[in-house]
Amino acid sequence: MLPTPCTAHVPFDTIYEPAEDSYLFLDTLSSASETAWLTQHFSPTTPSPTILEVGSGSGVVLAFLVANSPTILGRADVLSLATDLNRTACLATRETVVKAIAAQQNTDPTTNTSPSTTDTDTNRAGPAAQAQESPSAVKSTHLSTLQSNLASSFKAGSIDILLFNPPYVPTDAVPRAPTATDFVPPESRSEQFERESYLLSLTYAGGKDGMEITERLLADLPRVLSPRGVGYVLLCAQNRPREVAERIRGWREGVDGATGWCAEIAGFSGVKAGWEKLVILRVWRECIREE
Amino acid sequence: MKLLTANFLTCAVKGCRAAASSYPLHFKDAELELQEVDFQPEFIHNIIPRIDWEGLRVMANELGFPKIPDSKPEGDALNDEQTMRDLHRLLLETHVVEGRLCCGNCGHEYMIKEGIANFLLPSHLGKTKNSIVEIQVYADGFAL
Repeated sequence: MLPTPCTAHVPFDTIYEPAEDSYLFLDTLSSASETAWLTQHFSPTTPSPTILEVGSGSGVVLAFLVANSPTILGRADVLSLATDLNRTACLATRETVVKAIAAQQNTDPTTNTSPSTTDTDTNRAGPAAQAQESPSAVKSTHLSTLQSNLASSFKAGSIDILLFNPPYVPTDAVPRAPTATDFVPPESRSEQFERESYLLSLTYAGGKDGMEITERLLADLPRVLSPRGVGYVLLCAQNRPREVAERIRGWREGVDGATGWCAEIAGFSGVKAGWEKLVILRVWRECIREE
Repeated sequence: MKLLTANFLTCAVKGCRAAASSYPLHFKDAELELQEVDFQPEFIHNIIPRIDWEGLRVMANELGFPKIPDSKPEGDALNDEQTMRDLHRLLLETHVVEGRLCCGNCGHEYMIKEGIANFLLPSHLGKTKNSIVEIQVYADGFAL
């Protein structure tokens, strides 16, 4: 099992704490079938992939994929990016990713001493670095974490791998987007409580069918993903994942709809009466007809 | 925030999507920081085909970096050590800690603090056409 990135530095009062859905993401990305698919899709002779996690929270999912990219993608030359509405989450994600890369891709034998995975020292190698021989000196790099709404700040075709663990819980409404005033220090305990409740609601409240935020991201996928781009999106049973997948398979692009889209269940958990509680869809383009 | 990030960014204002002048965003008052990492020519070779060369050239010039080649290095040019070292510094080692990123179309400025750029739009800049028209009027008086 690949090591889980350390999140001991993350303040969970306003940031989603890694839970069942986060761990399903880690298990799915590192499963034999997904690793094989990704390694083939992003063969080492192709340009370095950009990896974006939208709404990264603690950053645990992104850090896992990036730090373990030599195993999962068969290459370490990846460019890591993240967005979150919450500035505190942006800071946390950056730290999680940078630390995980340092812990798992440190090939310098002089600092390769501590086997602990919960240590917060940045200049230290984890067990993976010892077990895994690195094919080259290339180390993954985290480019930046942006405070941004979904992927709206990225230009068309800029992302090769997009990860999204959305706010998927059905709620009456989705919360408003935060502004700068949501991040100035609160003046009272009650204000602080209200602030923390609000910021946490951003991590789970999905509006109608729990799909309002996910729909916005799905609608932006054809724009932000590169031609070889692939998106991983988590859905819960109430989001009707099989209907969502069917809908994506109906997307068409290009002259006479020459390019179509694929959606497959890459991972799931908690099957009850034939229905999965959580599902991760892999979404990507496929040429239907050669020119 | 590594400088290379700007190669993948655009203005978050919807009305700017179709405008050529919304890319690349322009750094203003950028406070740069160098964080040395091992020289990895192989990584640079693999990044080059992934980036928008013109966008990178504009950014490097605006920030006063050593001039990078006019077109994407290919073939033998990839073995030129000085070019690769210049690109290594530009792509992997240079961070923006404080400053702003500005849109050449609408003039909106995205603040960068402690290396985190804020792309959240104020509510008046969100969706309606009227608000975008107002911003364009404002942008006319904005010298880049």
